[in-house]
Amino acid sequence: MKFRSRRGLAQFVALLVILLVDRLVSPQFFDLRFQDGRLFGSLIDVLNRGAPVALLSLGMVLVIATRGIDLSVGAVMAIAGAIAASLADSHALPLVLAVALGAGLACGLWNGILVAVFGIQPIIATLILMVAGRGIAQLITEGRIVTFTSGDLAWLGNGSVLGLPAPVVILAGMLIVTAAVVRGSAFGLLIEATGGNARAAELAGVGTRATLLAVYAWCGLCAALAGIIAAADILGADANNAGLWLELDAILAVVIGGTSLFGGRFSLVLAVVGALIIQAMNTGILLSGYPPELNLLVKSVVVLTVLLLQSSRLTAIASRFSGGKP
Amino acid sequence: MPLSSDTTPVLLEVRGLSKSFGPLQALQNVDFTLRAGEIHALLGENGAGKSTLIKLVTGVLPCDAGTFRLGGVEIAPRSASDALQAGIATVYQEVNLLPNLSVAQNLFLGRQPTRFGVVRQGEMRRRATALLADFGLDVDVGAPLGSFSVAVQQITAIARAIDLSARVLILDEPTASLDRHEVEILFRIMRQLARRDIGIVFISHFLDQIYEISDRITVLRNGRLIGERPTADLPRLELIRMMLGRELAEATGVRIAASAQAPRAPCASFEGYGKAGYITPFDLDLRPGEVVGLTGLLGSGRTETVRLIFGAERADRGHIEIDGAPARLGSPRDAIRHGFGYCPEDRKTDGIIPDLTVRENIVLALQAKRGLRRPLARREQDEIAMRFIKLLDVRPPDSERPVGLLSGGNQQKVLLARWLATAPRLLLLDEPTRGIDVGAHAEIVRLVRELRDEGLSLLVVSSELDEIVTYSDRLIVLRDRAHVDELRGEEIAVPRILAAIAADGEVRTRGAAR
Repeated sequence: MKFRSRRGLAQFVALLVILLVDRLVSPQFFDLRFQDGRLFGSLIDVLNRGAPVALLSLGMVLVIATRGIDLSVGAVMAIAGAIAASLADSHALPLVLAVALGAGLACGLWNGILVAVFGIQPIIATLILMVAGRGIAQLITEGRIVTFTSGDLAWLGNGSVLGLPAPVVILAGMLIVTAAVVRGSAFGLLIEATGGNARAAELAGVGTRATLLAVYAWCGLCAALAGIIAAADILGADANNAGLWLELDAILAVVIGGTSLFGGRFSLVLAVVGALIIQAMNTGILLSGYPPELNLLVKSVVVLTVLLLQSSRLTAIASRFSGGKP
Repeated sequence: MPLSSDTTPVLLEVRGLSKSFGPLQALQNVDFTLRAGEIHALLGENGAGKSTLIKLVTGVLPCDAGTFRLGGVEIAPRSASDALQAGIATVYQEVNLLPNLSVAQNLFLGRQPTRFGVVRQGEMRRRATALLADFGLDVDVGAPLGSFSVAVQQITAIARAIDLSARVLILDEPTASLDRHEVEILFRIMRQLARRDIGIVFISHFLDQIYEISDRITVLRNGRLIGERPTADLPRLELIRMMLGRELAEATGVRIAASAQAPRAPCASFEGYGKAGYITPFDLDLRPGEVVGLTGLLGSGRTETVRLIFGAERADRGHIEIDGAPARLGSPRDAIRHGFGYCPEDRKTDGIIPDLTVRENIVLALQAKRGLRRPLARREQDEIAMRFIKLLDVRPPDSERPVGLLSGGNQQKVLLARWLATAPRLLLLDEPTRGIDVGAHAEIVRLVRELRDEGLSLLVVSSELDEIVTYSDRLIVLRDRAHVDELRGEEIAVPRILAAIAADGEVRTRGAAR
């Protein structure tokens, strides 16, 4: 087990360090209050605000594990949000969710078909929807910011279950479902085999095309869920800005979570931890009163640190200097 | 054809060349002499050291020991451009020019005719057209190189090299993807260049072409120089012995008596099965409890046959019957469903998944066959992995180690385990003993026999003749992408195989006629 045991240590340590730094700049950071039937506090905020990117990273990590990438998740968020907001006041919630999630699934399948069937490089294949998707979202909202008043949909953004905000519960649920699908079946092994060596996997009988289709579809579904939450949160859909640049945060979260862009081994939990690391930094900078522009700089420094901690070459250099065991 | 004799001036003289990669001695004290105006074939099987020799001569790799003299002057090329400057140019099978630039731009890349710093496009095109006309090529030099056939691209590369005043031209498998007509054009150009006293080193797996075009042959084997002979004085049989090992002429290999049972009904029959430009159609019956050997020189169609049977490449003609019923093999999944397993020749790119553990690599094919919804529990996976680790003696016996960290022999055992775990009826083994140590080698040979005795059908590719004769019940000999002979029982002996490989083209149809 020695090849597995240290996995994830760096990410958890990094999250802890960032939370402690947040505590330094904001003394009330660890305070939790129970009010109106739900918990409040900065820690809950990190989870709540981090939920959309964490959801994106749940899908993204599977795509990246197959040696792919999905640049369109931000645009898919915008499409799903636009659909949900447009239908919310005129239709029942189940139908609204079904249509919005179905659209996300369709977007994912489109990406999957381009990559798996037509063999287009993932970065280009998903770039198409990244650009076109935002246009589609604008067509749905007819270029306006669509607002709604439906309490059912709004609950997904600001309701709570057992004291926890609804987005956090949805994230937890999605993590469990994804883990059950991926690790409970043989899907995880097939994904890792496809990403680790697609030629060899194909020759071993792995349906690499079906595997690719499935991960891109799942990624679209996760993005749609994130988009619905984002729309529910602000009681409206802004096709121009919903999910803008969040694909980059999601990719970052996956990479911070230790999944290589060269595919193969992946970890769902660590991808979510990666998303929380990013959000903990965002929240900390907001609380500290520093200008938000600083956020990007701090983010890059922390990302660099985490990546250096994971670098096997750096580990080798460090062990050479300390003269200790490798 | 200019016949170079021993009195022709020597152009390139390589003496005492040695190179090792770690513990592997890739070249050992090799001499090579190229005379002006000769076409000199460089031959050898896998691992003979041909490509190492080329890389050392062209400065791509530094040598451990040895000297190069070009036209009597000592040279020490440190890079490919050094070598080019000295007058040694190489044209590879995969042309290393820029397909998106025009033919003219490729010809004059880095030395475009300019006036006041501006490229003179018209002048460049005129000169490019004139240059190619020299080679009998009339194409639109303004079109992108990538839009032309491989043959035109190769001639462009050759023209560029010659225009850069190369005196030595190395052609590394130039004919591998050319059709017969294109080969003729290339050969005409090669002869024309030889008349201009350029020395050409020609590397090819096609013996017919070697005998058609070359004046002299140098054979390498296992990093050593085996001999240099004028082509006219070297019978084919002798050449093949030089390539595959002189001791083979005497050694017959100890044949283990085949299983005495009467031949059973074939589990898979292929009739007229083939793919244009890939492998000539062949007939083949595979029976339970039988080992069929496939042998021939490098590039003779061994791997192609196996890949076609496994569905990794789609046939465009012929029929298959499995257990007497017509079947279709459109993909590896189809083949696996019929109980086939395939250990590929190139373990690294086609076999192992290096990041995954030994356990995961072993259960992969079985899991893929069972499908997504019937996952093997971790306990079952551990049990399967440990069973095969013990059975095949994989070392270290650690099922959680990434398979990329294992030695070649142990990786091969993991791949065998992957297929044995699926309880196959037909195993296709492509060079199962290549690149593995002596101990593992013997174990794998023993395993082939054991599996045969258990009633498996095996199709084994090997270029090690003294090995393949020991376990083959039938032996198919390939040459130039065709099955040319089938040996049975007492016929399976090294001299017979050598004769079959060396035979001229007229025997070609014999296998198909059976």
